[in-house]
Amino acid sequence: MSEVFTAAPAARQKGDVLPVLLPFRAPAPRAWRWPRLRLVHLVGIVGALLLIGGGAFAQGGAPRLSALEVIWKWFPLLMSGFGFNILMSVLAMALGTVAGIGLGLLQIGENRFLRRLAWAATQFFRNAPWLVLLFFAMFMIPFQFRVFGYTIPFPDWVKAIIGFSLPVMANMSEILRGAVASLPSGQWEAAESLAFSRRQTLFMIILPQCVKRMLPPWMNLYSLITMATVQASIVGVSEMLTLTSQVHAAEGGRPDLLAPLYGFAMLCFFVYCYPIERFTLYLERRFQLNQ
Amino acid sequence: METTPVTDAPSSAGWTPDQPLVRLVDVRKSFGSLEVLKGVSMDVAKGEAICIIGPSGSGKSTLIRCINALVPIDSGTIRVEGQEVNDPDLDKLALRRKVGMVFQQYNLFPHRTALQNVMMAPVHVLKQDKAEVEARARTLMAKVRLADKENAYPGELSGGQQQRVAIARALAMRPDVMLFDEVTAALDPETVKEVLVTIRELAEEGMTCILVTHEMGFAREVADHIYFTDAGVIVEHGPPATFFTEPRDPRTRGFLSKIL
Repeated sequence: MSEVFTAAPAARQKGDVLPVLLPFRAPAPRAWRWPRLRLVHLVGIVGALLLIGGGAFAQGGAPRLSALEVIWKWFPLLMSGFGFNILMSVLAMALGTVAGIGLGLLQIGENRFLRRLAWAATQFFRNAPWLVLLFFAMFMIPFQFRVFGYTIPFPDWVKAIIGFSLPVMANMSEILRGAVASLPSGQWEAAESLAFSRRQTLFMIILPQCVKRMLPPWMNLYSLITMATVQASIVGVSEMLTLTSQVHAAEGGRPDLLAPLYGFAMLCFFVYCYPIERFTLYLERRFQLNQ
Repeated sequence: METTPVTDAPSSAGWTPDQPLVRLVDVRKSFGSLEVLKGVSMDVAKGEAICIIGPSGSGKSTLIRCINALVPIDSGTIRVEGQEVNDPDLDKLALRRKVGMVFQQYNLFPHRTALQNVMMAPVHVLKQDKAEVEARARTLMAKVRLADKENAYPGELSGGQQQRVAIARALAMRPDVMLFDEVTAALDPETVKEVLVTIRELAEEGMTCILVTHEMGFAREVADHIYFTDAGVIVEHGPPATFFTEPRDPRTRGFLSKIL
């Protein structure tokens, strides 16, 4: 026992201060910058290129195009497919966010019945596989609506967007509820003691503070939904994955093209989603320091 | 300066300034099976400063929160300027513009500047003219000696400065009585004094103040009347001169001997 007590002062005599006595200084937030290319990225990119180009060295037959040439040949088509993925993700996100904010507000509202209903809807759509929700939307929504003699067509891709917006809505609802719950109760009390109404408190005091807290999980959700849009290929929407398999078929279904073509699709999504992920991380760190 | 009752405040039937501004009669409150207030009665006259002291968990904070209906009571009556607080049809707006409150954790709105914090309630709740409110808010910021911090966000201020902004924010509503709930308990020792000085000035100007505090020296100096609570009842009360020197109840004596 006594050794423990004597050891500490002895160590301190050397002039160093016990770490607990040092004032805590949080690291200054770093300014945002694009992810710099490091060795690990280089390895990844070279690896991907080798994977894509690999077939060319192995086959080398005269009339056959190398994998890179195939990709280059179909590049505009593949990119139009990828653009379609991004379009679907943006629209699904917009739709889901608006609906989710509505649902989240009901979840924290004063009406008990609506609160329960919103909670049930949130839980239902949050705990369903996204693919099932997509099927649900595809087959439950008619391909066209007739309103006042006008025919409003509902093509597959529109239905897919609705299908993807369902999980976004449910997750957004929960993000909002969580953010509101995470604020100290003192904010509500202070507002109440200053005679703010519940609605005023929510919109002037609580929600403005929640935006910051909601942004990182919201961006994370966007990244996830973008990657999930390839599921639309299962229900026949011509997005990137569908087009990739069509390109593969058009090139005669050569087995050596499988890896390069799908590898290229993967690379596109990575290049798009990775900066979002980094930016989310940066925001999280910054907001933590600014609390 | 801010202590004159607003003339357009809803007048409560039958109340005259010679009656107690705040009157509690046999107030009871339970949280579940735990009875926190077991029949508390007290009168606070206009312009009086009273301190409520007592051990932790004796119901001090609950008591003070009942007065502006942050905590609903189970039975008894609370009247503020004649307005019954324990009333299902309570006009909370009318009550809360009469009763200002300052919290232990300041609870400033972190997304607004100090000046905006002070201005928000009069502008948005009382719908008063923005320019007039701004002028009043600047005067209040100067009064709490923070004229140079008007555009600072709460996160940029020290605890003591935040607490003084919180006092200014409550005063901006031109309340008739101010509630202080352990307002120095979360502060660094060196900033406690600046907050206490502000409160003392308020009390000296004639603002009716109800304070829950652990600062005995301050209570002795500022309070007109001291209430000692223990286990949900008021054990003893009296002017500070007699309360601190000749406590009658053994529980009071025990408490004072531990902290003085």
